[in-house]
Amino acid sequence: MSDATLVFISLVILFLPLAGFTIVIHLGKKFPKLYLFEVGLQLVVLLLTIVVAVVKLATPESVIISEFHWFSLGDVPLVGNMVVDLGIKIDNITVLMMIVVNLISFLVHLFSVEYMKGDKRYTRYFAYLGIFTFSMLGIVLTHNLLMMYIFWELVGLSSYLLIGFWFEKDSAADAGKKAFLVNRVGDIGMFLGILILFTQYHTFTFDTIYAQIAAGNLPFESTAWLTAAGILIFMGAVGKSAQFPLHVWLPDAMEGPTPVSALIHAATMVAAGVYLSVRIFAMLTADAMLVIAIFGAFTSFVAATIALTQNDIKKVLAYSTVSQLGYMVMSVGIGAYAFAFFHLVTHAFFKACLFLGSGSVINSMHHEQDIRNMGGLRKKMPITYLAFLISTLAISGIPLTSGFLSKDGLLAGSIAFGSLTGHWLIPIIGFTVAAMTAFYMFRLVIITFHGKPRNQDKYDHAHESPRVMTLPLIILSALSIFIWYTPNPIAAADGWFLQDWVKTPASVVPQEVRFDFMKTDAAHETNAEEPGNEIVHSEMYTEAMHHAHYPAMFLSLALGGLGILFAFMLYQWKKIDPDKLAEKLKPLYKFSLNKWYVDELYHATVIAGTLAWSGLLSWFDGNVIDGIVNGTATVTRFFSRISNWFDTFVVDGIVNLSALISGFVGLTLRRLQTGKVQSYILFVVFSVLIIVLIFQPF
Amino acid sequence: MDGFPILSLLTFLPVLGMVIILFLKKEQEKEIKYTALIVTGLQVILAAILLGNYDYSMAGINDVNSFQFVEKFRWIEVTGLSWLGTLKVDYFMGVDGISVPMVLLTAIVSFIATISSWKIPKALKGYFALFLLLDTGMMGVFVSLDFFLFYVFWELMLLPMYFLIGIWGGPRKEYAAIKFFLYTLVGSVFMLLVMIGLYFSATETLADGTQAFTFNLLALMNQANYTATGILSPYNPENWRFVAYIALFVGFAIKVPMFPFHTWLPDAHVEAPTPISVILAGVLLKMGTYGLLRISYPIFPDVTRELMWGIALFGMINIVYGAFVALAQKDFKKLIAYSSVSHMGYVLLGMASLSSAGINGAVFQMFNHGTITAMLFLIVGVLYDRTHTRGLNDFGGLAATLPRYTGFVTVAFFAAIGLPSMSGFISEALVFVGAFGVETTRTLAMISTLGILLGAAYMLWTLQRVFFGKLNEKWADITDLDTRELIMFIPLTIIIIFLGVYPSFMLDIMSTSVNSLVEIVTTSFSNITVSGL
Repeated sequence: MSDATLVFISLVILFLPLAGFTIVIHLGKKFPKLYLFEVGLQLVVLLLTIVVAVVKLATPESVIISEFHWFSLGDVPLVGNMVVDLGIKIDNITVLMMIVVNLISFLVHLFSVEYMKGDKRYTRYFAYLGIFTFSMLGIVLTHNLLMMYIFWELVGLSSYLLIGFWFEKDSAADAGKKAFLVNRVGDIGMFLGILILFTQYHTFTFDTIYAQIAAGNLPFESTAWLTAAGILIFMGAVGKSAQFPLHVWLPDAMEGPTPVSALIHAATMVAAGVYLSVRIFAMLTADAMLVIAIFGAFTSFVAATIALTQNDIKKVLAYSTVSQLGYMVMSVGIGAYAFAFFHLVTHAFFKACLFLGSGSVINSMHHEQDIRNMGGLRKKMPITYLAFLISTLAISGIPLTSGFLSKDGLLAGSIAFGSLTGHWLIPIIGFTVAAMTAFYMFRLVIITFHGKPRNQDKYDHAHESPRVMTLPLIILSALSIFIWYTPNPIAAADGWFLQDWVKTPASVVPQEVRFDFMKTDAAHETNAEEPGNEIVHSEMYTEAMHHAHYPAMFLSLALGGLGILFAFMLYQWKKIDPDKLAEKLKPLYKFSLNKWYVDELYHATVIAGTLAWSGLLSWFDGNVIDGIVNGTATVTRFFSRISNWFDTFVVDGIVNLSALISGFVGLTLRRLQTGKVQSYILFVVFSVLIIVLIFQPF
Repeated sequence: MDGFPILSLLTFLPVLGMVIILFLKKEQEKEIKYTALIVTGLQVILAAILLGNYDYSMAGINDVNSFQFVEKFRWIEVTGLSWLGTLKVDYFMGVDGISVPMVLLTAIVSFIATISSWKIPKALKGYFALFLLLDTGMMGVFVSLDFFLFYVFWELMLLPMYFLIGIWGGPRKEYAAIKFFLYTLVGSVFMLLVMIGLYFSATETLADGTQAFTFNLLALMNQANYTATGILSPYNPENWRFVAYIALFVGFAIKVPMFPFHTWLPDAHVEAPTPISVILAGVLLKMGTYGLLRISYPIFPDVTRELMWGIALFGMINIVYGAFVALAQKDFKKLIAYSSVSHMGYVLLGMASLSSAGINGAVFQMFNHGTITAMLFLIVGVLYDRTHTRGLNDFGGLAATLPRYTGFVTVAFFAAIGLPSMSGFISEALVFVGAFGVETTRTLAMISTLGILLGAAYMLWTLQRVFFGKLNEKWADITDLDTRELIMFIPLTIIIIFLGVYPSFMLDIMSTSVNSLVEIVTTSFSNITVSGL
């Protein structure tokens, strides 16, 4: 298959969901059966994706790029032709991500057919799934930052629409708005980062930018700006991938329908941040990477501590998602690129399975989400239970699962990173989180599925879900087994996934701002003889990674086992009373239960501050600025009144006065007009005499 | 198209319509309405013909030969005045890449506003007569190349606007109308002074070889035409160019409206009937920024360069301040009015950068804001027609009963938020690319990104308050959009999405001229220093 065909099919894959959205949203009201069309369309998209993936992965080294001029600013003075290109790039990462997105999207479509049945906006729901899939595929396929940003925002829109799908509920409308706004905070950073790069390179295309950086052309001639650009673009990921401190929107997003949570808020949209970080990996300086690692590690820790005490089944999963995303982000930051992407993929499947499993439970419990009202469901819902359990084992990092492979890799990476840079806190956090994850996930499984039913009434009505709902669960749990990724269940590095498909791209940043273990000269000596081997890490990194492998594996196994054991002690065997424990650790328990009070903090500071400030400015606008305007009018009117008075009494007064005086003088002088010639002559003579006396002409 | 006076036709067709309407009887309401509809419809067709025959490769700006559809003849001429020589004013029209988008915008918005005027409750005859006169004034401003002619149209538009707000407006219509009128008049006075100052500072060679003072904008852009002693001549070491620039800037800034001269806008909007709000926000505001680009920039490039940071500062204040104040509003229409303040700030910010991306973005934003905000005001109007209230807290849950209307609202709101795939995104992004790319305005551009967040905040909050949550039972039986209303919304929606996906359609029209303007404003009048007070 030629490259052009591959590009064409990819574009069809991209635009079919958009077509689905457009058709279903406009005609869905008249033809409610159109939802089947949307589901069918997504199946076609999935099949095409598989074709593209098989063809592309057969030649793992190839990269296909196709671009076009979107718009131009003409012949710009001093710059020359300024053209903005859009385009797609098909490499291994792209097709793997496409499979993840389209497979999960299809399964969610399928699951929703039953789950959403009876909803009054049933068809519209499927239209929204279509526009989400379109937006997400745009992010996956882009070869440039602008298109990334465009689809980034469109994903934000679809997420807004889907979270607020049940907009009659205030909490759903609130959550949709919160998600969009919190994401925008990150997006602004990302936008500024893109602006830095565009200002310097006049292009948005990743590869062109990297080539320029590699050639020593830095933004504003400084490595500091390069670091800044990396961190700013990463801020987009902080928003989308729900990293601390912008993680607050994701738990609230659980207001959306549960299949949506599986698709968007577990597997794909939130992974977009990690995907972005992976795409910009090559241009990250050591400082930027360290910042990313710290953000990721801290997020994974915060979220894990919160997940320990939550009682809403979806909230536990939501915080677990945040925590796992933190892992992936941290993994990018410590240079374990391949494991970051690997964990993205494995997590997408098992977390989608967990969410759909929770959807299955919620559906059969008549929209009960509080695990304290569940229990014993294992017997009623065996397929759901089994799928949920397999995924739980995967997220806890138990051998033979996919999660074990990816998690073990990134934890080994964190040890290697710690040993090479001295930042030991990062592996310490990583392992702590691993233990907590195993604990809270088994806590969830035990309370929900084991033991005795706590709400007999609801339990009696519970039943296993129909086949359209269990089939996705079975497929997703099957994908949580190691065999799809590697033949060796304890070392992912030997498998085709990491061996052939996912390769760390070479860094393009100047040597002096790289981590020591990523410097080229050190790596060159050992790896140069193997052609085609991309030189990314130095020998010492490879060695550190090698040394870290077994310790990491055993440590994570031990800690995971300990977490599981603890969960059984507390909730299955009841050796320790969880309530008493909570009582003992009350401040900590409260802190965790209330999610570190982050929402409260934001409400009290950012939100209250913004509203107060906007109120103040509005008052200022109405009273000061407009006051000056109206004041000017008042003053003008005042002066006009004075003028009026002046005019009436002074100006006109003078006029009238002079008239009065003239009249008076006239009246007086009138008496002189006697009409007698003799008196006139007398006047004349006297006058002449006076003139002569005054002027004395003689 | 040679010799066909398409610009005059575009400009004066509405006057013709007005005359017809004046001859109709008051009771012939249908005829009056259809006359207005046909006239504005013809205007749209003429604008399309103009675009079809427009040569994208010609720059315009300061070169009469690359202006298109030029009409030029002597309008007023008095010869033999002792020291003045010949006093002459030209009827001089022409378009380039900066005016064509505005001509299109004026035609489209006027047409839609006519449809929106269909249910004006009283004195239809007077309303449409004034409406069409207003149309002529706006169109004239965008095609004039002679300062005097420009000024005449500028003032011409003022009068009908005053009556349209003052007679057909809301409860405080008199206050709003007079505030609008006086405020704009203050600006006009400044403009008049500068116009006269310029007139006595530059001369043009007439056909008979003599020199005469000139109002010709293109002549005023040529440094060589200035006299040695003119008060606004760069050759005069004690010239008043700086002061004149500020005066002219204030004149235009009032129209934009720029902080702190913006408070007439919310009042005018709240009181004006819906179609007039649409015209006001859709077209009138652009006259301010258009004036800056057409007159201030190329005639005073020296001062413009000095003041770019200041212009950007006010752009930033407009964006952020307007957004904050919008956030606090409880009246739907007032909120949209303040969002206009905020969005016009992007135009100022882009212009201030004096870069190609920035000015392209600014002109594009002028067009996009025109269409988007027109849609927003129509949206408020639709709701007000049905409920007679605009309080944002008086509604709730309307999405459930008005799905079609809510669909258009969502499109318009997200367009205003600057969602990619809609036109506003491209123009705002270009503004930021331009303003961030220039060191002088970089910091201000960074602060202005706050507007992106706040814009989303007040829009989404509004969406939630009005459309989401439980349905307010009071409005349980209001009806969804009717056909007439759909006819207003659909074209605007198409334009907004089309330009978001295919921005070249508009950028190609303007980019040649904008690049030429950038060249002029960054290089001309550079061998002289500005001396102010």
